[in-house]
Amino acid sequence: MGYTLNFSAVWRSFDQLLWGLALSLGLAFVAIAIGCVLGLITAFGLLSKRGMLRHPARIYVTIIRNTPILVLVLFTFFALPQLGIRLGKIESFVSTLAIYSGAYLAEVFRGGLLAVPNGLKEAGLAIGLTQSQIRNSIVMPLMLRNVLPSLSSTLISLFKDTSLAAAIAVPELTFEARKINVETFRVIETWIVASCLYVATCSVLAALLRQLERRMSIPR
Amino acid sequence: MTGNLLEIRDLHKRYGEVEVLKGVDCTMAQGDVISIIGSSGSGKTTMLRCINMLEEFQGGSIRIDGEEIGYETAGGTRRRKKEKEIARQRAMTGMAFQQFNLFPHMSAAENVMLGLVKVKKMSRDEARSVAEKWLDRVGLAERRDRFPSQLSGGQQQRVAIARAIAMNPKLMLFDEVTSALDPELVNEVLQVIKDLARDGMSMLLVTHEMRFAYEVSSRVIFMNQGRIGEEGNPREMFHKPQTERLMEFLKTSTFN
Repeated sequence: MGYTLNFSAVWRSFDQLLWGLALSLGLAFVAIAIGCVLGLITAFGLLSKRGMLRHPARIYVTIIRNTPILVLVLFTFFALPQLGIRLGKIESFVSTLAIYSGAYLAEVFRGGLLAVPNGLKEAGLAIGLTQSQIRNSIVMPLMLRNVLPSLSSTLISLFKDTSLAAAIAVPELTFEARKINVETFRVIETWIVASCLYVATCSVLAALLRQLERRMSIPR
Repeated sequence: MTGNLLEIRDLHKRYGEVEVLKGVDCTMAQGDVISIIGSSGSGKTTMLRCINMLEEFQGGSIRIDGEEIGYETAGGTRRRKKEKEIARQRAMTGMAFQQFNLFPHMSAAENVMLGLVKVKKMSRDEARSVAEKWLDRVGLAERRDRFPSQLSGGQQQRVAIARAIAMNPKLMLFDEVTSALDPELVNEVLQVIKDLARDGMSMLLVTHEMRFAYEVSSRVIFMNQGRIGEEGNPREMFHKPQTERLMEFLKTSTFN
């Protein structure tokens, strides 16, 4: 083929990639933080005895989980302004990813809540704790331990989903890589470097979450 | 005020169509130790769980120290009391469960401390010293920082009893606390309960340990199909049962 790899053009723009990565991390962090709150509320909704809470939660999760995230991103950015809701591209993407992650995390949290034995809640009631004390001191800490392994894989996929922000020109890592690609024509080099940055970041995230899991594990 | 610690009147409990308690009456004085025996499905555990509102009940009343538990009647309608009020009333009793139900993410001491800090509003230091006192009483002083997963079944049950007793309840409820234990671990738990009885703790025990019920109880209640089939002092009950059903039940039990 006669193609010689030459990374020098990519290295010259490396700081652009790093800024892109920083923005990717920022987007993921804010969106997932909001998503965790949404997911938790929705998980309690899904498990509620009251249809008034359960049905909206179920509808939310079903619609979001059955729509491709790219469609959601484009819908929020292009269609909502037609309905009078005008958001900047970053706000638009963050709210989309937050709503999207909320639906996925709701299912993760729901599973974790179901795995907390009923007897523990009864033991809490029996010593006179209120429902909210039981939730905070018993149910939530145990739920968190139950979900950590599956939570970390969900968090990593959500981080990777930030690359879809490139579709609406948010200058995160993938968008910056595409720009460098167009400017330098070093196609292979650019995407190798971008991929390596994603892999490295995800590995660090995974290691941090494993650390957290170890620290929170119950001694045996 | 009648002076009774516990007064159950005409207690009715249904699960859907099935009536599991069909009018139970029972009174208990301060310091009484009452064992409830009977075959499974006779309603013994359900009766115990109604006393601290882990089960709702549809008819009758339960009073502890004269205070009506769980429900209030205003203008002819019976209403469940507010959750906060029920939580306060639950703390008047302590309960130990068949499956121990220790909080797995907390050490033995923290299990005991949780209620002291959250319900009794003690400082952590104060709660810790109360917890240590009670763990010492059940013979687990040196295991206070172990987690439930690091304790044997018998030790877990003793921690669970300490957790309940530390709250200083007026009445202790024991729900088949030795049924999930290996035989060699049963005695250490029964010994703890005997010590509490000797110290004058009022207790209601659902148990399958007939020998223990005989030795520790001031009174025995035999439950049969959602009603009290027979009751009396343990000597009469075990040696001279009056009803056919109790005779049959004792024949199949492990007393002899």
